[in-house]
Amino acid sequence: MYEHDVVVVGAGGAGLRAAIAAQEAGADVAMVSKLHPVRSHTGAAEGGINAALRDADSWQDHAYDTMKGSDYLGDAPAVEALCQESPEEVIRLEHWGMPFSREDDGRVSQRPFGGLSFPRTTYAGAETGHQMLHTMYEQVVKRGITVYDEWHVMDLAVTDEDDPAERTCHGVVAYDIQSGEISGFRAENGVILATGGMGQVFDHTTNAVANTGDGVAMAYRAGVPMEDMEFIQFHPTTLPSTGVLISEGVRGEGGILYNSEGERFMFEHGYANNDGELASRDVVSRAELTEVNEGRGIEDEYVHLDMRHLGEERILDRLENILHLAEDFEGADGLTEPMPVKPGQHYAMGGIETNEFGETVIDGLYAAGECACASVHGANRLGGNALPELIVFGKRAGRHAAGEEMGEAEIETGRSGNWQPADYEFGVEVGETGGSGTAAADGGAVVSDAESVLGAAVDRAQERVDELLSRKGRNHAEIRSAVQETMTANVNVFREEGRLEETLADLREAREAYKDVAVSDPSRTFNTDLIHTIETRNILDLAEALTMGALAREEFRGAHWRKEHQERKDEDWLKHTLISWNDGEPELWYKPVVLEGENKTYEPKSRSY
Amino acid sequence: MSTQIPKQTEESSETEAETQPASKGEERRAEKRRRAAERREQRQEEEAEKAAADESTVELKVFRYDPQVEGKQEPRFDTFHVPFTKGMTVLDALMYARDTYDSSLTFRHSCRQAVCGSDAMFVNGGQKLACKTQISDLEEPVRVEPLPHAEVTKDLVVDMEHFYEQMEAVEPYFQTDEYPDGELEEQRQDRANREKIKMSTRCIWCGACMSSCNIAAGDNEYLGPAAINKAYRFAMDEREGEEMKQKRLEIIEQEHGVWRCQTQFSCTEVCPKDIPLTEHIQELKREAVKNNLKFW
Ligand SMILES: Cc1cc2nc3c(=O)[nH]c(=O)nc-3n(C[C@H](O)[C@H](O)[C@H](O)COP(=O)(O)OP(=O)(O)OC[C@H]3O[C@@H](n4cnc5c(N)ncnc54)[C@H](O)[C@@H]3O)c2cc1C
Ligand code: SF4
Ligand code: FES
Repeated sequence: MYEHDVVVVGAGGAGLRAAIAAQEAGADVAMVSKLHPVRSHTGAAEGGINAALRDADSWQDHAYDTMKGSDYLGDAPAVEALCQESPEEVIRLEHWGMPFSREDDGRVSQRPFGGLSFPRTTYAGAETGHQMLHTMYEQVVKRGITVYDEWHVMDLAVTDEDDPAERTCHGVVAYDIQSGEISGFRAENGVILATGGMGQVFDHTTNAVANTGDGVAMAYRAGVPMEDMEFIQFHPTTLPSTGVLISEGVRGEGGILYNSEGERFMFEHGYANNDGELASRDVVSRAELTEVNEGRGIEDEYVHLDMRHLGEERILDRLENILHLAEDFEGADGLTEPMPVKPGQHYAMGGIETNEFGETVIDGLYAAGECACASVHGANRLGGNALPELIVFGKRAGRHAAGEEMGEAEIETGRSGNWQPADYEFGVEVGETGGSGTAAADGGAVVSDAESVLGAAVDRAQERVDELLSRKGRNHAEIRSAVQETMTANVNVFREEGRLEETLADLREAREAYKDVAVSDPSRTFNTDLIHTIETRNILDLAEALTMGALAREEFRGAHWRKEHQERKDEDWLKHTLISWNDGEPELWYKPVVLEGENKTYEPKSRSY
Repeated sequence: MSTQIPKQTEESSETEAETQPASKGEERRAEKRRRAAERREQRQEEEAEKAAADESTVELKVFRYDPQVEGKQEPRFDTFHVPFTKGMTVLDALMYARDTYDSSLTFRHSCRQAVCGSDAMFVNGGQKLACKTQISDLEEPVRVEPLPHAEVTKDLVVDMEHFYEQMEAVEPYFQTDEYPDGELEEQRQDRANREKIKMSTRCIWCGACMSSCNIAAGDNEYLGPAAINKAYRFAMDEREGEEMKQKRLEIIEQEHGVWRCQTQFSCTEVCPKDIPLTEHIQELKREAVKNNLKFW
């Protein structure tokens, strides 16, 4: 067993920032990550970090834009924290040596991004995430923070009181990929989940293979509700064959979208008469698919993104990385031809329910970064708003977990305040099917001392691994791809009731199949078959919750479009969707969105661009 | 879920003895499972045969080794036939082989877009990132091996510890004493200076350069191209100031530093991020000489 004050799970942007903050607040911190930190998917972010740095700009404007972009499903205390603290956090990165792109006067450059009223997206070429990730890892090396890399966290060690709000998290259980050893990591003060996105729920995604939503699934099964899972951002410009992202920076610099008839459809077909290509991502994604569905796509699949008119010099200066990506992954030369693009899964707005300090309803359990839902992005994230979320909320969670006094949170977690039960009947059974999977925390006497809770969690994980390794059964890969296919086909940018219900049935079948899953590689050394099999279970739980949320939310808000419900319904739906695992019988409920900010209330307006 | 399993290792039959006797329903399901598994195996065999006969497949010869698994302790090459699709990379082909034929085939990968640096391997005799290498650019059969000059952990996975240690030996973090006054005030850096360090900041820690370097192969303590490039990134960054630059030059001038490099350019040739490593090393040598002259 390993012991630390604070254990951070995941070493992408959010995890690294959390670890640094916790250490600065005096805690003994360890990071546990299934990938070496520099392999984390934060490194793939291209476009930039929003921060109101300049005199002509203000955090209030940033907050207004973010709220509008969120389609009024962001919680004001979280949104305002993001916008107030992003400037100092960005400058801190600069002070840590991050190589930002520069203006002639030597100050950091900013560029326009979709949905922003001011060009406030700070960037480092088209490789902002790479530079941010490496800069923060350098600080972790400098500070000598312990990193357990290539350790896959399998489960949380949480007490098993009936009410999740009374539970406590004492640590995590992790599997050493190198040696096959399973070990407990005791966290005296707190565990911070920073496990990133869940793009692998879909088959066409900009996310990495490792983005399997592990943290969200683990927290869910431990009793923390998943919030707003139906809100998935599909990025309008991904390369058709791989899902590799072509940054919004291309459109920010002036790139233009054309259909097969050479029309600039964002304007010519009236999708966004003011902002055109720079309208919010969901608007552009739906516009593209509509073009394709109406027969104006190229090869019935994609549209063109043209940046040739920007000129070689500007492209090389600001978007060089895009040229490499288009060339290496699609065989297209962005200097001489338009690049093929189509929408792909990109970002999960929803995730682990937290307040503005990253606290979950379980004592000692925090979440930050893409896996968390505070909620900053509500129904739709603006480009350039995720990276600041990592540093602002990573820092907040790190400090809070280390015991720093931060005042009373305004966002409530769990079933407190004005929560309301949902009366939605799903046609298909959801939740645990019995058989393998992590046992629900139920039965028996309540064990609450940290050592026994951790010990029991280690034993459960060991049993599970032994079982998966020793029995015969089917390989997880076909189950995973079945899930990804149905999700991509039916829970896409266009959603309709019948197909969502079919998806739940498909997922039920996949769950049944998963009961027979086994790992055929018997090795204890670097058994990726085992790791992927464990991840697939997480993918299943997340896909189901996502589809449940998509069915229940009978309105069209932000990224969530419903065929039968074509408008935003503020009377009924200014509320978050929450799904609790409830020991294997998922339960849906709601809580109101918080639109009251520090000095003002954000009045829902129509989201036109 | 026990009795139907055809072959058992000793270990697993032990755990079995503790499980409850199976109910009728469970037995039926287990029977179904067994049949499904058989069908799957059969399908895989068929697919493999079909693939082997098909023109539009790629033949991969992949290095296999596992210190723990019987039959894999002696390194060997396995052949996989993978249906070719346009734009297919070496990584795509490996993933297909793993998900279709042999789930124990092991390699690191994550981003699929040449930024995480996980999947540097030895492909047809050269260090490459598998995700960035198009099958159509390669001679067949495609030979895939782990990075040379590194200890093999299993199949295509090598131990990266030594590489990380070298990276961390050069104080790879920004250091300066002179920050602007205001907390919201950034340090100024002119465009030319940012341009100067730009290429050096692109390193993704893939280890290809180190693996290709003869000197590193002979001198285990040699910092290697990537670590020296990291030092270059800071030494040339004017925001750190002159004093730090002195310190940086001292670090890279140590016994196993820049002077070991014999300008063979192998690192520069393999770097997937096109970093002019040899040039950077040469420039540091020149800086070091200039610097030493100053103190004479
Ligand atoms: C291609 C792309 C481009 C983007 N561009 C931008 C942009 O320009 N601007 C912007 O604001 N946002 C952008 N985003 C979004 C943003 O980059 C991500 O939301 C963000 O980087 C996620 O960071 P994270 O720290 O939460 O997770 P990640 O960086 O994904 O890190 C997750 C970490 O968790 C670890 N982990 C996961 N599961 C486990 C487990 N079971 N056990 C142990 N460790 C585990 C992993 O090893 C990893 O270290 C982009 C996203 C993508 C995919
Ligand atoms: S310098 Fe190039 S080859 Fe070497 S580790 Fe960095 S990216 Fe890889
Ligand atoms: S998979 Fe990330 S670099 Fe190849």
